Formats: sequence, C-alpha cells, structure tokens
Amino acid sequence: MGKSMYAIEVEKLTKIYGKGETAVTAIADATFQVKPGELVAILGPSGSGKTTLLTSIGLINEPTHGKVVIDGAVVADEGWTPGFDLKRMRREKLGFIFQAHNLIPFLSAIENVMIALEINHLSRPDAKSRAIELLTSLNLGHRLNSYPSALSGGEAQRVAIARALANKPKVILADEPTAALDTENGKNVMDLLKKLAVENHSAILVVTHDHRMVEGFDRIFQVSDGRITRES
Amino acid sequence: MNLAIRDIRYHLGRFILTSIGLGLLLGVVMSMGGIYRGLFADALTILNITKADIWVVQQNTNGPFAENSRIPEDIKYRIKAVPGVAEASPLSFQTIQIDRMDKPLRFFLIGYDLNGFGGPPVILAGRDIRQKHYEMVVAKGMNMEIGEKIRLGLHEYSVVGITGKVVSSSGDPAAFVTLADAQDIQFKKDNDAIRNDRERIGANLSSIQALSPSQTKFLQQNIARVTESTHTVNTVVARLAPGANLKDVQERISRWNHYRPISVEEQTRILTKGMIEKARMQLGLFRIILLVISAVIISLIIYTSTLDKIKVIATLKLIGSQNRVIVGMILQQSLLMGIIAYGIGYGLILLTYEKFPRRIVLEPFDLQMLFVIVVAICVIASFVGIRKALKVEPAEALGG
Repeated sequence: MGKSMYAIEVEKLTKIYGKGETAVTAIADATFQVKPGELVAILGPSGSGKTTLLTSIGLINEPTHGKVVIDGAVVADEGWTPGFDLKRMRREKLGFIFQAHNLIPFLSAIENVMIALEINHLSRPDAKSRAIELLTSLNLGHRLNSYPSALSGGEAQRVAIARALANKPKVILADEPTAALDTENGKNVMDLLKKLAVENHSAILVVTHDHRMVEGFDRIFQVSDGRITRES
Repeated sequence: MNLAIRDIRYHLGRFILTSIGLGLLLGVVMSMGGIYRGLFADALTILNITKADIWVVQQNTNGPFAENSRIPEDIKYRIKAVPGVAEASPLSFQTIQIDRMDKPLRFFLIGYDLNGFGGPPVILAGRDIRQKHYEMVVAKGMNMEIGEKIRLGLHEYSVVGITGKVVSSSGDPAAFVTLADAQDIQFKKDNDAIRNDRERIGANLSSIQALSPSQTKFLQQNIARVTESTHTVNTVVARLAPGANLKDVQERISRWNHYRPISVEEQTRILTKGMIEKARMQLGLFRIILLVISAVIISLIIYTSTLDKIKVIATLKLIGSQNRVIVGMILQQSLLMGIIAYGIGYGLILLTYEKFPRRIVLEPFDLQMLFVIVVAICVIASFVGIRKALKVEPAEALGG
C-alpha cells in the first residue's frame, strides 16, 4: 500500500445496473480526490446517483468501470481488486453514518460503539474506555447505558457518529445524515462533522440533497443524472 | 461482546415465552418417551415381581396375560415333583371393575398361595395378608386406605396393606388376595345359581338313557363337587433349583398333555412384542412427529428472528464485521433457546410425571439422546437463518 496524499481517489468511476437494453448508468466517469481532513458534500436530487457513488467508494457496490483508491490502496480497478479484503478495509479505514442512525437496537449506546471496536480486535477494556471517551466528547456521557429506543433522534445520530469514529477511520462516509432530523439537530450534526474532519484529520464525504446543510464545507460536488456536473 | 446474549436480554419476554412454548413441546416429547418406556415396565411388572423361571399355562395358549389360561390348581404338586424345580406356586389373575365413591375403580386382582410366592413384593404400609380369607393388599395407585372395605363377589374384603407400584400389562393397579379368595371371587356362584345348576344338571342326567339308575344316582349325589369346585388357576409359576436346566424342565412338562411351560424370556417376548407392540409403535411414531414439529418450529423461530435482524446484520457487515460474529449470534441464540426449552421441558416432566395416570419411566439414556437431538435440531435449524444472514448485503443498511 503506497503512501498517498489523498484519502480518497476516484478515477472515471462508472456504475451500470443491468445489462443490454435495460442497463441503467447510475454514475458515469466520476473523477475526484479528497484529502485527509477535507469535508466534501455530494449534493443532488433523489435518483441522481449520489448514494451509488458513496456505496462504490464505501466498498459496498462494485464499480463497473474506473478506479477507487482509499488511503493509497487500490480497492477497485475495473472491478474489485482480486484478493483484496474489503471487510477489513471497511473495518479499519472507513466509518459510516446513515440516514437513519442504524444503531443496533439491542445494544446500549456504549455497546453500539464498543461493537465496532471489538470486531476490529480491540480488547474489551480498551474498547470500553475508547467508547466512553468518544461518547463523552459528543456530550453523551449521561446516555452511555441507554438503548437506542430511549435516545432522541439527535442523540442517536451522535452515537452513530461515535461508532463511525471509533476505529479512527481515514474516511467517513455519511449518507443523508440529517434526513431524519429536524433543522436544528441537522445543523448540529453537520457542525460536528466539520469539527471532526479537522480534529481527526479524516476525509468526510457527505451525501445530501439539502442545500442548507452544506454551508461551510470545503468542497461541494453537484451530481445530476449520474454525472458530477459542478464542483464548488 | 456476545450479541446473542445481548439480543436475548433486550427481548427477554419474547425469548422466555418462546422457550416456554418450545419447552412444553419438548416436555410432551419426553413424556411420550416416558410412556413408551412405561409400557414396557408395566407389561413386565408382574413378571418381574414374581421372579419365576417358568410359567405353566394351558396348552396352545400364550397365557396367562396375552390369552386366557385355565389349569387345575393341583398340577402344582406335579410341577414341584419335576427334577430341577425348587418351588411352584399357583396364581390367579382377573381384571375387576367396581364402583367406589361413585367412580369406577378398575384393578387387576392377583390371587396367590400364602405358602407359595407371587404375592406383594413390598409392603409400604400396614401388613401382609395373614388370614386365609377376606384380606387384601392393594397397590398404592388404587388410592385406598388401610381398613377400607370393598365388596368383591359374594364377600367384603378389608385392605390390610399397601404395596408399591404394581400394575397389570394394561396399566391397571394390582390388588392381592389369597388364592382361595381369588378363586371364590372368580368362580363361586351364589346359592340360587348353585341350586339352579343342581336341578338343571340333575334333570339332564335323568334323561340320559345310557346311564343305569345307580350311575345316575351317583352322579346326582356328586353334582355339587363338579359344579361348585373353584380349584382352577390361570398359571402355576415355578422357580428352578440352582444349576437346574431350564430346557430340561420345560421339555419334561411339555410331555404332559394339556400344559405349556413358558420360560420367562418367552413370556417377556409375548408381553412386549405381542401385547404392547402397536401401542409402542404408535408412541414411537408420535415422538418422531413431535420432533419433526419441534424442528420446524425452531427453524421458523430462528428464521423469523433472522428476518427481524436483517438491518442489524447488514449494519454489522457494513462496519466490517466478520461472518463468524453473525453466524455465532444466530447459532448461539438457537442453541440457547433449545437448551433452555429442554430444561423447561425436563423440569416440567420431573414435576408432573408421578401424577400421570400411566407410568412414565424417564430413562437417562433417552433424555441424553433427546438432548443430543435437540442440539442437532438447533444447529440444523440455525442453518436456515445463517444462510439468510450470509446473503444479506451490507447495502441493505443504507436508506431509511
């Protein structure tokens, strides 16, 4: 794995669903790079292909063509790199934040963060202290043992952010992280992501359709009909 | 972190209710096995308590349990005289049903010689029969008390002792009386019937032209001896002397007309293979059906529970969880549910098996085998859920 100045490098990334006459191009020839500590938004209407772009970078959706490099490792080049451990990459280098918080309902807030650490082979005491540290830093120290069902939308999303940050990932991918929140909580989450990008030196890629939420982002890509139409 | 335990802890009520339901089902499977074994135990109880080596019965019959057998009581003297026979004792059996406290009381009456063997194996309360007439020892299962009197045939009998769990091959509790009493109960007629027999047989004798008047008179004078004799038994049981050869003794008795000497092995075969074979097969089939039902139910529960967790599984995959974490969660839950349900079923049967109307015999081997089968079912059933879980795409975690 060579050293790279970019956390994410995407080159001519194309994703086509289906074959022949029924083929649909969800994303076409996307090319961009994101540096560590950079906060980037992918903005576009529903069905524009922004989530497909995110899932291809997140090693969930195999690109049809093009190249994806994460922290210097070529994970896809005209398809997944043969023999590459995608799960390990997701575990160690990527953090995910979802539209719905996607916390595991039968785990408490602290356990939801600890699980991400434990599957990355951190010992239980270390996982616990790291989870407490993260949740406390996100003002959730009083909610450590609360189950997701007892948390407010904003609190649950902050627990999800803590889980995404648990393994100190190089890249954080957020899919509509404010969609299920009211405006105030949505703004708080976005402010938090901006802060984390700087503090943790992580590249943060946020997919959203809400223009109001991308204020203060380093870069914004406009996506329309599967193509990046504008960068600002 | 054990995800299976965490999930169970969170959905504790649902898990407990499911386990109780499954436990009740497994309890039924265990009781079926117990009844299955109980059939054997019941069928062989009298055979075992008698501790006889040979059962002499009426020729060409499989008596005295599988078929009727009637032989004269005095044959016991001939049997005793056979070389190799240490002791012989006559026994009489009959099933009786009377009304007691406005409820039918069905039991198996065993008549035995006070100087022989085949009587109650143990006295739990009261005493053994000491008088020749009108005393009885009853099995615990008859729920009678010492001193209680019941009318059998022409006389009243007092309960003087309580014996253990002695039952007939059909599961009816046993009661013991002296052989003379058992013969009276079975064969003795009331006075009106005896007078009627004398008149009828006497009239028939008078009409037989082939008899001389002196012969007719002699026979009429001895009608009572013929019609009132009760000295018939169902079997004479014999125990062999140490070192005696069973085959030799059987062969010698077989040479006499009208008798069949059945060894205890043959009697066991008659009882288990003949009398209870269909019931045994029926119960065996029920057990298999119930186990299949249990397997289907466990599979459905695990599958449904996996479907409930699709988003959780997708999230785990998305954050890079290894497959073994997901497989472990499903497998451990399935095993825990099976093991807890087994424990509930076992506890239930342990608490209730003595209250079953028929004997339940819980053999450790059967219980261990069932445990292994339950574990195997849980493992196999969890494959359905695991297969589904492994097919879940991490992308399913995305979206609302």
